[in-house]
Amino acid sequence: MLGVGGLGCPAALALAEEMPDLRLVLVDDDRVERSNLARQILFTDREVGEPKALAAARRLSQLAPGIRAEPRIARFTSGSAKELLDGCDVLLDGTDDFETRFAANDAACALGIPLVHGAALAWTGQLLTVLPERGSCLRCLFEGPPPPGALPTCAEAGVASPLCGVVGAAMAGEAARLLRGGQPLALGRLHQWDALRDRERDVLVPRDPRCPACGLASRAAIRHP
Amino acid sequence: MAVTVKIPAPLRSLTQNQAEVTVEKAATVQAAVDELSRRFPGLKERLLDDKGALRRYVNIFRNEEDIRHGKSLQTALSEGDKLTIVPAIAGG
Repeated sequence: MLGVGGLGCPAALALAEEMPDLRLVLVDDDRVERSNLARQILFTDREVGEPKALAAARRLSQLAPGIRAEPRIARFTSGSAKELLDGCDVLLDGTDDFETRFAANDAACALGIPLVHGAALAWTGQLLTVLPERGSCLRCLFEGPPPPGALPTCAEAGVASPLCGVVGAAMAGEAARLLRGGQPLALGRLHQWDALRDRERDVLVPRDPRCPACGLASRAAIRHP
Repeated sequence: MAVTVKIPAPLRSLTQNQAEVTVEKAATVQAAVDELSRRFPGLKERLLDDKGALRRYVNIFRNEEDIRHGKSLQTALSEGDKLTIVPAIAGG
């Protein structure tokens, strides 16, 4: 689980309760802030100031004693990806910056690890599941991350707390289906929520044969800072 | 021909908070973007780069289909089509 925030908390909780013998690696280099508490449901006042990965691992171990929750106070980059993903069967991405999201996509494609990409901004949510070699990926949909300031971040636009629960639970559902050999729902399609208007819709994400992450084109074309 | 354009949350500040906009006369996606630009200054710059191509972190779908996989901005439109603007979002 990349990012133990608004999406990572409900996703990890649902997955831990659903799969009691799970090994769950929680990657986050951030600390709990008071302003997080409304939507980051694994944390309380007592955890303010503590690294999110540590606090979440402890809370999940209390709630689902059978799981193995392993905290990693680390930033996910193309350089740290291989070590952080060692032994992992599915990668869930609920991080809050574009560079990390594209790094997660590229690492999943390069290492052949299924990726569940969940994102939320204000009242809008997105879900895309990537099965390397079998379907499209985030770079088939968007060629790359925006430059800083081009699009609002969640720090600027906020994230609606109820939407985090919805998207996080959907991410856990996709991961559980993948871990049990089932068919993910958001494979090759971007599922979108407009939670303010109570609308959901899918758009198709066909595989791009020129995609530098999952296609036949050279992966050397991708440059991470 | 009239088409409906769905505006994503990050761009609604440019459309007076409208989530859906109707464009009355647009034969192509490019024409629809031009019309949106006329009505909502600043929107085009968010969608297209300096060369007039779709920005790498924004996509447009005609009904369910990704226009990048077809004729991109020259994709023809039919009466009643729905255009959905989808930007990358990173919140979590």
